[in-house]
Amino acid sequence: MYNKGTIIPGLIIFVLIVTFPIWFNGLKAGTLPKPELPPGGEKKCVMPVEYMRANHMQLLNQWRDDVLRNNDRIVVMVEGKKYRKGLQMACMKCHSNKEKFCDNCHTYTAVKPYCWDCHLTPKEAASKEETH
Amino acid sequence: MKYAFSFLAVIALILIAGLGSQIPGMQYFFGVAIPYLAIMLFVGGFVYRVMQWAKSPVPFSIPTTCGQGASLDFIKQDKLDCPTKTSEVVARMFLEIFLFRSLFRNTKSEIHNGPKVTYESSKWLWLFGLLFHYSFLLIVIRHMRLFIDPVPYWLSAIEGADSLLQIGAPTLYLSDVALLGGLLLLFGRRLVNRQVRYISLNNDYFPLVLIFAIGVTGILMRYFLRTNIDIINIKTLAMGLVTFSPVINVKIGAIFYIHLFLVSTLLAYFPFSKLMHMGGVFMSPTRNMANDSRAKRHINPWNDPTIKPHSYAGYEDEFREFMVDAGIPVEKELSAVQDEA
Repeated sequence: MYNKGTIIPGLIIFVLIVTFPIWFNGLKAGTLPKPELPPGGEKKCVMPVEYMRANHMQLLNQWRDDVLRNNDRIVVMVEGKKYRKGLQMACMKCHSNKEKFCDNCHTYTAVKPYCWDCHLTPKEAASKEETH
Repeated sequence: MKYAFSFLAVIALILIAGLGSQIPGMQYFFGVAIPYLAIMLFVGGFVYRVMQWAKSPVPFSIPTTCGQGASLDFIKQDKLDCPTKTSEVVARMFLEIFLFRSLFRNTKSEIHNGPKVTYESSKWLWLFGLLFHYSFLLIVIRHMRLFIDPVPYWLSAIEGADSLLQIGAPTLYLSDVALLGGLLLLFGRRLVNRQVRYISLNNDYFPLVLIFAIGVTGILMRYFLRTNIDIINIKTLAMGLVTFSPVINVKIGAIFYIHLFLVSTLLAYFPFSKLMHMGGVFMSPTRNMANDSRAKRHINPWNDPTIKPHSYAGYEDEFREFMVDAGIPVEKELSAVQDEA
């Protein structure tokens, strides 16, 4: 074998890069996220659970476009209760804790939705009302 | 129609994974066994290929020199294109690996009426290659969010930059567009350019089609076929794989298994194909040697140490009498040698 001095370190660096997740995690798989169910005990959402798990971001995006761009804030009915279309007006009425519900999975999968660039979490909204 | 086989092969792979993963109990085969096998083949095969190259002697000093070599003081040396020092070689290799400098110099030769030959700069391969390689690198780095927990800040920052335009939900990645665009252009180049088309083989088309299919299945999974694609379940499986404790206890959509199977195919195919240029670019003697063969003697490793150098003077000493007999002129006459003795 020729040029051992450069090839062996090069191969070691290659193997370290490829196995990065193995040594970075230290064989700890981390804790699975458990989003908090609505504290109020509501059982039904606007769509079935499986749909919401997979497609909630697309639904929210659709609502955003409907409300802000098409001026279409129709009322959503769930189990006889009326909600106005919107993240704060509908979703957060039941899933009232953003940190325990939204962030739980989003942190685990490193998803950073930009909802909260404009929206207020219920906690923030409450503190705003007090100051005004 | 050389490329037809590549399409058929990729379609067959998609069918195998798409149908196979729906058979009860086969999820472990496609989700755990195949990925482990593929990564072992990738790392093992890669190291094996590099070791084979490392064992191959370089008989001659063969750097490609593309500029003025080191000469007299008043002649300016082209240090990047004709390096003589290790630092210059490193600079040349850096530009080659990160900016594909040799592709930048590509020319197209054409015959015009006259007849006259022209050499025109042709940078398409360089541009498409750069587009493809960097978006692919970005995509691989981005996928690490599924393999590490907690996700470090720099990784989120890369992902944020890649989805900067905030198009749709989930947000569109710019590297996805660039990857597919780059692949289409590289594929199109092989079809449109007659000379390149003539020398293109199945093993040129197959990786392009395979990586294209990987990109398309990934995009379908992220934006369109979202049934049973819960990112939590997918990250749980990925984390299980890298911590050697994989579990699959939920249904994951077929598109995920197709994507994973195609990636596994790419990994397994990698060390035994032209894709080994990833390691080969470091090992190429035409790039990684300094053009210093006049200052430093390059010893051919093949040389048999029992064969000693034989100078002309020694040769003449050995055969002088026969040479004089045959009338061949000699530097030292027979009489001069006898006088010395």
